[in-house]
Amino acid sequence: MPPLRRGGLAVVLALVLPVTLALGWEVAVDTGAASGRLLPPPSRIGATLADLAASGDLLTHVAATLVRVGLGFLCGAAAGILAGAAVAMLPAVRRLIDPSLQALRAVPSLAWVPLFILWFGILETPKILLIAVGVFFPVYVGVSGAIASVDRKLVEVGRVYRLSRLALARRILLPAVLPATLVGLRTGLGLGFLFVVAAELMGASEGLGYLLVDGQQFGKPDQILAAIIAFALVGKLADTVLVALTRPLTRWQDTVRESL
Amino acid sequence: MVAATLERPLPRAADREAGARLSVEGVSHAFAIRGAALPVLDRIGLAVEPGGFVALLGPSGCGKSTMLRLVAGLEPPDAGRIAVDGARVAGPDPARLLVFQDPTLYPWRTVRGNVALGLEARGVGRERAARADAALRLVGLDGFAEVYPHQLSGGMAQRAALARALVNEPRLLLLDEPLGKLDALTRLAMQAEILRLWQEKRFTALLVTHDVEEALVLAERVIVLSDRPAAIRADIPVDRPYPRHRDDPNLVRLRREILGILGQPT
Repeated sequence: MPPLRRGGLAVVLALVLPVTLALGWEVAVDTGAASGRLLPPPSRIGATLADLAASGDLLTHVAATLVRVGLGFLCGAAAGILAGAAVAMLPAVRRLIDPSLQALRAVPSLAWVPLFILWFGILETPKILLIAVGVFFPVYVGVSGAIASVDRKLVEVGRVYRLSRLALARRILLPAVLPATLVGLRTGLGLGFLFVVAAELMGASEGLGYLLVDGQQFGKPDQILAAIIAFALVGKLADTVLVALTRPLTRWQDTVRESL
Repeated sequence: MVAATLERPLPRAADREAGARLSVEGVSHAFAIRGAALPVLDRIGLAVEPGGFVALLGPSGCGKSTMLRLVAGLEPPDAGRIAVDGARVAGPDPARLLVFQDPTLYPWRTVRGNVALGLEARGVGRERAARADAALRLVGLDGFAEVYPHQLSGGMAQRAALARALVNEPRLLLLDEPLGKLDALTRLAMQAEILRLWQEKRFTALLVTHDVEEALVLAERVIVLSDRPAAIRADIPVDRPYPRHRDDPNLVRLRREILGILGQPT
């Protein structure tokens, strides 16, 4: 009981500041103390969000953004896992491609935007590619690091008990690298959302990023804030889904965490 | 006592009851470190009778553990011959199992899942859980089958590692300083445990340790190795009945003798 109540108290305390500010701003605009033209009060943002949802526009934009993040994430994560595994397991491949990849990693990914537009135009391909690039690196680093740091002794125990090579990979290497891989995937997903904004800013007719640009161009701060809130919710939701989907794979880790 | 059934060619029963005969002849081994060969074992010759308990004692880093890895079949020796029951060792085998200094349990498997590892690799299906649980009972871990390794104390984790080996009914158990990282009291309890298991199962035991007292309390023979490259300095029979007492004057005398061989002030 006490930990639960302390948890509840923590939530209440965490909400004090944002709720006070929101209410204060609401009252300030309501009483005419502030115009609320550039920063609309919470009620107006809520109304805008509700309008967007009611007209079905919100769903269209969220879906467009999710499809881009989803496709980019799948491509980037698959490439990251493959490259990370190859680099960690084959020394020749590591010497061949790791230095180049590390050099590319140092390039801020947004710097690719002009080049991608030149190469692929402004339709879906450059957007998905940009997101994939953003997702690729954290997954690549996570997977290659995880495989390289598997305890040699764990593999040796498998050899003593004569696990086949396949069983060794499936029963020892895979579970050993899963946690770090999942951390890489989560980081990658977060970056995917970061890059989808950049991708949609470079020209799109739908998507939450488009709502941002549109709101800026037509001076609709309430729409910008509504899109930001939608981004936060969708991003958090995607992360939660990823964690929930992978939870069965790392249940043993959860029990570690519980016991700490 | 139980070893009386040895003569009969009943593979399973005999497997369970009897230890293997180990013979090591002229084994030398070196590590390749940046192109240079670092010799670790120098013409080791050693024979262990079925069901015997032999301790390898030597300064740390002298190559004792390498010796065990070679017998376990994890690496082939550079020179010489290692044979178990007359058959040359050519790779790992569930009949001779190595227990490491660290329990090296898989954190993502329950204790039962860890113990069942060898059975799983051999394709034992239906009776797997039951046999794993029986092995856990044997080492005093009944009730911990569903627990994950991180919930075990150091001594319990090492017991689980012992169960993981014993469930395969090994005929030769290779113990690589299995108690080296335990606290003093747990170590005493585990020494008694290993002794009990050995007396009950009659496997052949080869124990690597740098604890003279541990070697004297457990082993029938103590083989003292020199510093690297390890060569046999002395082969000392410990002809005292079990259970032994640390302050037995005979053991105290042997201890002084061995420490002298190891170049320690006594």
